[in-house]
Amino acid sequence: MSETLHEISVEVNGKPREDHVPARLSLVDWLRDELRLTGTHVGCEHGVCGACSVMLDGEPVRSCLMYTVQASGHRVTTVEGLARPDGSMSALQDAFCETHGLQCGYCTPGMLIAAQGLLNANPDPTEEQIRDAIGGNLCRCTGYQQIVEAVRLAAERMKK
Amino acid sequence: MLAEHGDSAKLVAGGQSLVPMMAMRLVRPAWLVDINEVDALKFVKLEKDAARIGACTRQVTVERDDALAARVPLLRQALAWVGHVQTRNRGTIGGSLAHADPSAELPLAAQVLGAKVVLRSAKGARALDAEKFFSGPMSTSMRHDECLEEIHWPVWSWKHTGSAFTEIAIRHGDFAMVAAAAQVALDSAGRCTRAAFGLGGAGGTPLAFPRIAERLAGTKLEDEAIEAAVTDAARQTDPGSDLHATKEYRRHLARVLAARALREARANAKRQ
Repeated sequence: MSETLHEISVEVNGKPREDHVPARLSLVDWLRDELRLTGTHVGCEHGVCGACSVMLDGEPVRSCLMYTVQASGHRVTTVEGLARPDGSMSALQDAFCETHGLQCGYCTPGMLIAAQGLLNANPDPTEEQIRDAIGGNLCRCTGYQQIVEAVRLAAERMKK
Repeated sequence: MLAEHGDSAKLVAGGQSLVPMMAMRLVRPAWLVDINEVDALKFVKLEKDAARIGACTRQVTVERDDALAARVPLLRQALAWVGHVQTRNRGTIGGSLAHADPSAELPLAAQVLGAKVVLRSAKGARALDAEKFFSGPMSTSMRHDECLEEIHWPVWSWKHTGSAFTEIAIRHGDFAMVAAAAQVALDSAGRCTRAAFGLGGAGGTPLAFPRIAERLAGTKLEDEAIEAAVTDAARQTDPGSDLHATKEYRRHLARVLAARALREARANAKRQ
Protein backbone atom coordinates (compact mmCIF):
# COMPACT_ATOMS: atom_id res chain seq x y z
CA MET A 1 0.00 0.00 0.00
CA SER A 2 1.46 3.33 -0.93
CA GLU A 3 1.38 6.04 1.67
CA THR A 4 -1.04 8.94 1.20
CA LEU A 5 0.76 12.10 0.17
CA HIS A 6 -0.38 15.56 1.19
CA GLU A 7 0.06 18.67 -0.87
CA ILE A 8 2.03 21.39 0.89
CA SER A 9 3.21 24.88 0.13
CA VAL A 10 5.89 26.33 2.39
CA GLU A 11 7.99 29.47 2.02
CA VAL A 12 11.57 28.40 2.75
CA ASN A 13 14.23 31.11 3.00
CA GLY A 14 12.04 33.43 0.97
CA LYS A 15 11.26 30.95 -1.83
CA PRO A 16 7.90 29.25 -2.23
CA ARG A 17 8.25 25.45 -2.23
CA GLU A 18 5.55 23.02 -3.22
CA ASP A 19 5.68 19.31 -2.56
CA HIS A 20 3.69 16.19 -1.76
CA VAL A 21 4.73 14.58 1.51
CA PRO A 22 3.64 11.79 3.86
CA ALA A 23 1.74 13.03 6.94
CA ARG A 24 4.45 12.08 9.38
CA LEU A 25 7.53 13.27 7.57
CA SER A 26 9.27 15.55 10.07
CA LEU A 27 10.08 19.05 8.94
CA VAL A 28 13.80 18.55 9.45
CA ASP A 29 13.82 15.43 7.27
CA TRP A 30 12.00 17.27 4.50
CA LEU A 31 14.40 20.22 4.66
CA ARG A 32 17.44 17.97 4.55
CA ASP A 33 16.39 15.07 2.34
CA GLU A 34 14.07 16.73 -0.14
CA LEU A 35 15.30 20.33 -0.30
CA ARG A 36 18.92 19.33 0.38
CA LEU A 37 19.19 22.14 2.93
CA THR A 38 21.59 20.15 5.07
CA GLY A 39 22.67 23.09 7.22
CA THR A 40 19.96 22.20 9.72
CA HIS A 41 21.22 19.27 11.76
CA VAL A 42 19.40 16.28 13.20
CA GLY A 43 20.55 15.67 16.75
CA CYS A 44 18.43 13.87 19.30
CA GLU A 45 15.22 13.70 17.25
CA HIS A 46 13.09 14.20 20.33
CA GLY A 47 13.32 17.87 21.11
CA VAL A 48 16.10 18.04 23.65
CA CYS A 49 19.28 19.14 21.87
CA GLY A 50 18.16 22.10 19.74
CA ALA A 51 20.42 21.24 16.77
CA CYS A 52 17.43 21.21 14.40
CA SER A 53 16.19 24.71 15.34
CA VAL A 54 14.69 26.70 12.47
CA MET A 55 12.50 29.79 12.42
CA LEU A 56 8.81 29.33 11.82
CA ASP A 57 7.17 32.65 10.94
CA GLY A 58 10.25 34.34 12.41
CA GLU A 59 10.35 32.53 15.76
CA PRO A 60 12.75 29.67 16.64
CA VAL A 61 11.18 26.21 16.89
CA ARG A 62 12.46 22.65 16.81
CA SER A 63 12.01 21.16 13.35
CA CYS A 64 12.22 17.57 14.63
CA LEU A 65 9.02 18.15 16.62
CA MET A 66 6.99 19.34 13.66
CA TYR A 67 5.57 17.44 10.75
CA THR A 68 6.17 18.99 7.36
CA VAL A 69 2.43 19.25 6.68
CA GLN A 70 2.15 21.51 9.73
CA ALA A 71 4.48 24.03 8.11
CA SER A 72 2.25 24.39 5.06
CA GLY A 73 1.14 27.99 4.68
CA HIS A 74 3.96 29.20 6.93
CA ARG A 75 7.42 30.73 6.52
CA VAL A 76 10.50 28.71 7.44
CA THR A 77 14.01 30.15 7.77
CA THR A 78 16.92 27.74 8.05
CA VAL A 79 20.55 28.54 8.78
CA GLU A 80 21.08 28.87 5.00
CA GLY A 81 18.66 31.80 5.13
CA LEU A 82 20.71 33.77 7.65
CA ALA A 83 23.49 34.78 5.24
CA ARG A 84 23.29 38.11 3.41
CA PRO A 85 21.69 38.07 -0.06
CA ASP A 86 25.16 38.09 -1.71
CA GLY A 87 26.03 34.91 0.16
CA SER A 88 28.43 36.48 2.64
CA MET A 89 28.13 35.71 6.35
CA SER A 90 25.75 37.65 8.59
CA ALA A 91 27.07 39.73 11.50
CA LEU A 92 26.15 36.91 13.87
CA GLN A 93 27.88 34.25 11.76
CA ASP A 94 31.01 36.41 11.51
CA ALA A 95 31.01 36.86 15.27
CA PHE A 96 30.83 33.07 15.80
CA CYS A 97 33.95 32.67 13.62
CA GLU A 98 35.84 35.42 15.36
CA THR A 99 35.20 34.36 18.94
CA HIS A 100 35.67 30.66 18.16
CA GLY A 101 32.04 30.03 19.03
CA LEU A 102 32.22 26.60 17.47
CA GLN A 103 34.46 23.59 17.35
CA CYS A 104 32.87 20.56 15.72
CA GLY A 105 30.00 22.72 14.45
CA TYR A 106 27.22 20.25 15.06
CA CYS A 107 25.19 22.52 17.33
CA THR A 108 26.09 25.70 15.42
CA PRO A 109 23.08 25.97 13.07
CA GLY A 110 20.74 25.62 16.04
CA MET A 111 22.76 28.10 18.08
CA LEU A 112 22.70 30.61 15.22
CA ILE A 113 18.93 30.31 14.82
CA ALA A 114 18.33 30.62 18.57
CA ALA A 115 20.68 33.60 18.84
CA GLN A 116 19.27 35.32 15.74
CA GLY A 117 15.76 34.86 17.16
CA LEU A 118 16.90 36.60 20.32
CA LEU A 119 18.61 39.48 18.48
CA ASN A 120 15.56 40.04 16.27
CA ALA A 121 13.38 40.46 19.35
CA ASN A 122 15.95 42.12 21.57
CA PRO A 123 18.88 43.88 19.87
CA ASP A 124 20.69 44.58 23.14
CA PRO A 125 20.41 41.46 25.33
CA THR A 126 22.05 41.00 28.72
CA GLU A 127 24.31 38.04 29.28
CA GLU A 128 21.53 36.35 31.23
CA GLN A 129 19.11 36.81 28.34
CA ILE A 130 21.67 35.36 25.91
CA ARG A 131 22.18 32.34 28.15
CA ASP A 132 18.43 31.88 28.45
CA ALA A 133 17.96 32.10 24.67
CA ILE A 134 20.51 29.37 23.95
CA GLY A 135 19.43 27.37 27.03
CA GLY A 136 17.58 24.90 24.83
CA ASN A 137 20.62 24.14 22.68
CA LEU A 138 23.27 21.66 23.71
CA CYS A 139 26.94 22.08 22.78
CA ARG A 140 29.27 19.22 23.65
CA CYS A 141 32.65 20.67 22.73
CA THR A 142 33.23 24.43 22.58
CA GLY A 143 31.44 25.14 25.79
CA TYR A 144 29.03 28.00 26.00
CA GLN A 145 31.34 30.84 26.95
CA GLN A 146 32.52 31.70 23.44
CA ILE A 147 29.04 31.29 22.04
CA VAL A 148 27.74 33.84 24.54
CA GLU A 149 30.64 36.13 23.56
CA ALA A 150 29.75 35.74 19.88
CA VAL A 151 26.16 36.81 20.45
CA ARG A 152 27.31 39.76 22.54
CA LEU A 153 29.80 40.83 19.83
CA ALA A 154 27.18 40.53 17.10
CA ALA A 155 24.73 42.60 19.14
CA GLU A 156 27.30 45.36 19.59
CA ARG A 157 28.16 45.43 15.89
CA MET A 158 24.56 45.40 14.78
CA LYS A 159 23.87 48.44 16.97
CA LYS A 160 26.37 50.49 14.99
CA MET B 1 -12.63 11.59 14.28
CA LEU B 2 -12.02 11.10 17.99
CA ALA B 3 -15.38 9.43 18.52
CA GLU B 4 -14.85 7.17 15.53
CA HIS B 5 -11.28 6.06 16.25
CA GLY B 6 -11.34 6.13 20.05
CA ASP B 7 -8.06 5.20 21.63
CA SER B 8 -6.12 5.07 18.39
CA ALA B 9 -6.59 8.80 17.63
CA LYS B 10 -4.76 11.60 19.40
CA LEU B 11 -5.12 15.35 19.14
CA VAL B 12 -1.87 17.12 18.40
CA ALA B 13 -1.41 20.81 19.13
CA GLY B 14 2.11 22.14 19.74
CA GLY B 15 3.42 18.57 19.75
CA GLN B 16 6.20 19.39 22.21
CA SER B 17 5.35 16.40 24.40
CA LEU B 18 3.42 14.07 22.12
CA VAL B 19 5.92 14.11 19.23
CA PRO B 20 8.93 13.22 21.43
CA MET B 21 6.87 10.38 22.91
CA MET B 22 6.08 9.19 19.41
CA ALA B 23 9.74 9.51 18.41
CA MET B 24 10.62 7.22 21.31
CA ARG B 25 7.76 4.90 20.36
CA LEU B 26 6.19 5.33 23.78
CA VAL B 27 2.92 6.10 22.01
CA ARG B 28 1.92 5.03 18.51
CA PRO B 29 -1.35 6.70 17.58
CA ALA B 30 -2.76 5.43 14.29
CA TRP B 31 -4.46 8.79 13.78
CA LEU B 32 -3.26 12.28 14.56
CA VAL B 33 -5.75 15.12 14.50
CA ASP B 34 -3.89 18.40 14.09
CA ILE B 35 -5.69 21.35 15.71
CA ASN B 36 -2.97 23.93 15.11
CA GLU B 37 -4.94 25.81 12.50
CA VAL B 38 -8.14 26.01 14.57
CA ASP B 39 -8.23 29.73 15.33
CA ALA B 40 -11.30 29.38 17.55
CA LEU B 41 -9.08 27.63 20.11
CA LYS B 42 -6.60 30.52 20.26
CA PHE B 43 -7.63 33.44 22.45
CA VAL B 44 -7.04 35.23 25.73
CA LYS B 45 -10.14 36.91 27.18
CA LEU B 46 -9.98 38.85 30.40
CA GLU B 47 -13.20 38.81 32.38
CA LYS B 48 -13.98 40.12 35.84
CA ASP B 49 -13.34 36.95 37.81
CA ALA B 50 -11.38 34.86 35.36
CA ALA B 51 -8.98 34.90 32.45
CA ARG B 52 -10.22 32.57 29.73
CA ILE B 53 -7.52 31.06 27.55
CA GLY B 54 -8.17 28.95 24.46
CA ALA B 55 -6.53 25.55 24.65
CA CYS B 56 -4.43 26.00 21.50
CA THR B 57 -3.00 29.37 22.57
CA ARG B 58 0.79 29.23 22.34
CA GLN B 59 2.74 29.46 25.58
CA VAL B 60 4.76 32.35 24.15
CA THR B 61 1.57 34.36 23.55
CA VAL B 62 0.53 33.98 27.16
CA GLU B 63 4.04 34.73 28.39
CA ARG B 64 4.11 38.04 26.49
CA ASP B 65 0.62 39.21 27.49
CA ASP B 66 1.12 42.06 30.00
CA ALA B 67 -2.58 42.57 30.76
CA LEU B 68 -2.91 38.87 31.56
CA ALA B 69 0.23 38.90 33.71
CA ALA B 70 -1.31 41.71 35.77
CA ARG B 71 -4.43 39.63 36.44
CA VAL B 72 -2.97 36.10 36.73
CA PRO B 73 0.71 36.73 37.54
CA LEU B 74 1.39 33.08 38.33
CA LEU B 75 1.03 32.12 34.67
CA ARG B 76 3.98 34.19 33.45
CA GLN B 77 6.01 33.12 36.48
CA ALA B 78 5.31 29.46 35.74
CA LEU B 79 6.03 29.82 32.02
CA ALA B 80 9.51 31.16 32.75
CA TRP B 81 10.31 27.58 33.82
CA VAL B 82 8.55 25.81 30.94
CA GLY B 83 10.97 24.29 28.42
CA HIS B 84 12.95 26.65 26.23
CA VAL B 85 12.19 29.47 23.79
CA GLN B 86 11.90 27.02 20.89
CA THR B 87 9.40 24.83 22.72
CA ARG B 88 7.34 27.73 24.13
CA ASN B 89 7.01 29.18 20.63
CA ARG B 90 5.18 26.04 19.63
CA GLY B 91 3.82 24.51 22.84
CA THR B 92 0.28 25.34 23.90
CA ILE B 93 -1.43 25.97 27.23
CA GLY B 94 -4.04 23.26 26.71
CA GLY B 95 -1.49 20.76 25.43
CA SER B 96 0.52 21.02 28.60
CA LEU B 97 -2.57 20.48 30.77
CA ALA B 98 -3.83 17.57 28.65
CA HIS B 99 -0.40 15.92 28.80
CA ALA B 100 -0.66 16.12 32.62
CA ASP B 101 2.95 15.50 33.50
CA PRO B 102 2.97 15.56 37.33
CA SER B 103 6.17 17.62 37.34
CA ALA B 104 5.01 20.14 34.70
CA GLU B 105 4.55 23.80 35.58
CA LEU B 106 1.21 24.69 33.99
CA PRO B 107 -0.70 21.78 35.52
CA LEU B 108 0.67 22.86 38.91
CA ALA B 109 -0.42 26.47 38.34
CA ALA B 110 -3.88 25.22 37.33
CA GLN B 111 -4.13 23.06 40.43
CA VAL B 112 -2.97 25.81 42.82
CA LEU B 113 -5.32 28.44 41.40
CA GLY B 114 -8.23 26.01 41.04
CA ALA B 115 -8.55 26.58 37.30
CA LYS B 116 -11.50 25.13 35.40
CA VAL B 117 -11.18 23.29 32.10
CA VAL B 118 -13.88 23.15 29.47
CA LEU B 119 -14.04 19.84 27.58
CA ARG B 120 -16.04 19.54 24.39
CA SER B 121 -17.17 16.56 22.35
CA ALA B 122 -19.64 16.25 19.52
CA LYS B 123 -22.26 15.66 22.23
CA GLY B 124 -21.67 18.89 24.13
CA ALA B 125 -19.40 20.61 26.64
CA ARG B 126 -18.69 20.16 30.33
CA ALA B 127 -16.54 22.08 32.80
CA LEU B 128 -14.27 20.37 35.31
CA ASP B 129 -12.16 21.67 38.18
CA ALA B 130 -8.42 21.10 37.79
CA GLU B 131 -8.57 18.83 40.82
CA LYS B 132 -11.01 16.49 39.04
CA PHE B 133 -9.25 16.82 35.69
CA PHE B 134 -5.84 15.46 36.74
CA SER B 135 -6.33 11.81 37.56
CA GLY B 136 -2.79 10.42 37.65
CA PRO B 137 0.63 10.59 36.00
CA MET B 138 0.09 11.63 32.35
CA SER B 139 -3.61 10.95 32.69
CA THR B 140 -6.73 13.05 32.93
CA SER B 141 -10.42 12.38 33.21
CA MET B 142 -10.89 13.58 29.62
CA ARG B 143 -12.82 11.05 27.52
CA HIS B 144 -11.50 9.81 24.20
CA ASP B 145 -14.00 11.85 22.20
CA GLU B 146 -13.34 15.09 24.08
CA CYS B 147 -11.18 18.05 23.17
CA LEU B 148 -9.87 20.49 25.77
CA GLU B 149 -11.44 23.74 24.59
CA GLU B 150 -10.53 26.43 27.07
CA ILE B 151 -9.20 27.04 30.55
CA HIS B 152 -10.60 29.50 33.08
CA TRP B 153 -7.95 30.89 35.40
CA PRO B 154 -9.42 32.55 38.50
CA VAL B 155 -8.47 36.21 39.03
CA TRP B 156 -7.95 37.27 42.63
CA SER B 157 -9.33 40.77 43.06
CA TRP B 158 -7.62 41.68 46.35
CA LYS B 159 -5.37 44.67 45.93
CA HIS B 160 -2.37 43.09 47.63
CA THR B 161 -2.12 39.82 45.75
CA GLY B 162 1.21 38.20 45.01
CA SER B 163 2.36 34.90 43.59
CA ALA B 164 5.59 33.02 42.95
CA PHE B 165 6.90 29.93 41.19
CA THR B 166 10.15 28.12 41.80
CA GLU B 167 11.69 24.76 41.03
CA ILE B 168 14.84 22.66 40.94
CA ALA B 169 15.79 20.90 37.69
CA ILE B 170 19.01 19.43 36.31
CA ARG B 171 19.11 22.13 33.62
CA HIS B 172 16.84 25.19 33.54
CA GLY B 173 13.91 24.27 31.32
CA ASP B 174 14.19 20.54 31.88
CA PHE B 175 11.67 18.53 33.85
CA ALA B 176 11.45 19.75 37.42
CA MET B 177 12.60 17.43 40.17
CA VAL B 178 10.22 19.34 42.37
CA ALA B 179 8.34 22.56 41.63
CA ALA B 180 6.40 24.84 43.96
CA ALA B 181 3.83 27.57 43.32
CA ALA B 182 2.06 29.93 45.69
CA GLN B 183 -0.36 32.82 45.62
CA VAL B 184 -1.39 34.93 48.63
CA ALA B 185 -3.57 37.96 49.25
CA LEU B 186 -3.00 40.36 52.14
CA ASP B 187 -5.18 43.09 53.63
CA SER B 188 -3.81 46.59 54.18
CA ALA B 189 -2.55 45.54 57.63
CA GLY B 190 -0.52 42.71 56.07
CA ARG B 191 -2.84 40.00 57.32
CA CYS B 192 -3.40 37.09 54.95
CA THR B 193 -6.94 36.96 53.53
CA ARG B 194 -6.31 34.00 51.26
CA ALA B 195 -3.44 31.66 50.48
CA ALA B 196 -2.93 28.84 48.01
CA PHE B 197 0.13 26.75 47.33
CA GLY B 198 1.08 23.48 45.73
CA LEU B 199 3.84 21.15 44.61
CA GLY B 200 4.75 19.44 41.36
CA GLY B 201 6.89 16.34 40.98
CA ALA B 202 5.90 15.21 44.45
CA GLY B 203 3.16 12.71 43.58
CA GLY B 204 1.18 11.26 40.69
CA THR B 205 -0.56 14.57 39.98
CA PRO B 206 0.30 18.17 40.80
CA LEU B 207 -0.72 18.67 44.42
CA ALA B 208 -2.52 21.60 46.04
CA PHE B 209 -3.10 21.86 49.77
CA PRO B 210 -6.29 23.89 50.23
CA ARG B 211 -6.91 22.78 53.84
CA ILE B 212 -3.40 23.58 54.97
CA ALA B 213 -3.45 26.87 53.04
CA GLU B 214 -6.70 27.82 54.77
CA ARG B 215 -4.88 27.83 58.09
CA LEU B 216 -2.61 30.58 56.79
CA ALA B 217 -5.56 32.95 56.43
CA GLY B 218 -5.62 35.36 59.37
CA THR B 219 -1.89 35.05 60.04
CA LYS B 220 0.61 37.64 58.91
CA LEU B 221 2.37 34.87 56.98
CA GLU B 222 5.24 34.94 59.44
CA ASP B 223 8.10 32.60 58.53
CA GLU B 224 7.03 30.28 61.37
CA ALA B 225 3.47 30.00 60.02
CA ILE B 226 4.82 29.23 56.57
CA GLU B 227 7.26 26.68 57.96
CA ALA B 228 4.48 24.84 59.83
CA ALA B 229 2.28 24.76 56.74
CA VAL B 230 4.93 23.47 54.35
CA THR B 231 6.12 20.85 56.82
CA ASP B 232 2.56 19.48 56.92
CA ALA B 233 2.31 19.64 53.15
CA ALA B 234 5.63 17.88 52.55
CA ARG B 235 4.46 15.10 54.86
CA GLN B 236 1.50 14.50 52.53
CA THR B 237 3.65 14.15 49.42
CA ASP B 238 4.58 10.83 47.89
CA PRO B 239 7.45 11.47 45.49
CA GLY B 240 9.29 8.73 43.63
CA SER B 241 12.99 7.91 43.63
CA ASP B 242 15.08 7.83 40.48
CA LEU B 243 18.59 8.31 39.17
CA HIS B 244 18.42 12.05 39.83
CA ALA B 245 16.97 12.22 43.31
CA THR B 246 15.77 10.01 46.10
CA LYS B 247 12.30 10.16 47.59
CA GLU B 248 13.74 11.72 50.75
CA TYR B 249 15.57 14.43 48.84
CA ARG B 250 12.45 15.26 46.84
CA ARG B 251 10.44 15.54 50.04
CA HIS B 252 13.10 17.83 51.45
CA LEU B 253 12.90 19.95 48.27
CA ALA B 254 9.12 20.00 48.57
CA ARG B 255 9.31 21.64 51.98
CA VAL B 256 12.08 24.07 51.11
CA LEU B 257 10.65 25.14 47.75
CA ALA B 258 7.08 25.51 49.03
CA ALA B 259 8.36 27.80 51.79
CA ARG B 260 10.40 29.78 49.27
CA ALA B 261 7.40 30.20 46.98
CA LEU B 262 5.18 31.37 49.85
CA ARG B 263 7.77 33.87 51.08
CA GLU B 264 8.25 35.26 47.58
CA ALA B 265 4.51 35.47 47.05
CA ARG B 266 4.22 37.34 50.36
CA ALA B 267 6.91 39.81 49.28
CA ASN B 268 5.23 40.30 45.89
CA ALA B 269 1.86 40.90 47.58
CA LYS B 270 3.37 43.57 49.83
CA ARG B 271 4.76 45.36 46.80
CA GLN B 272 1.30 45.70 45.22
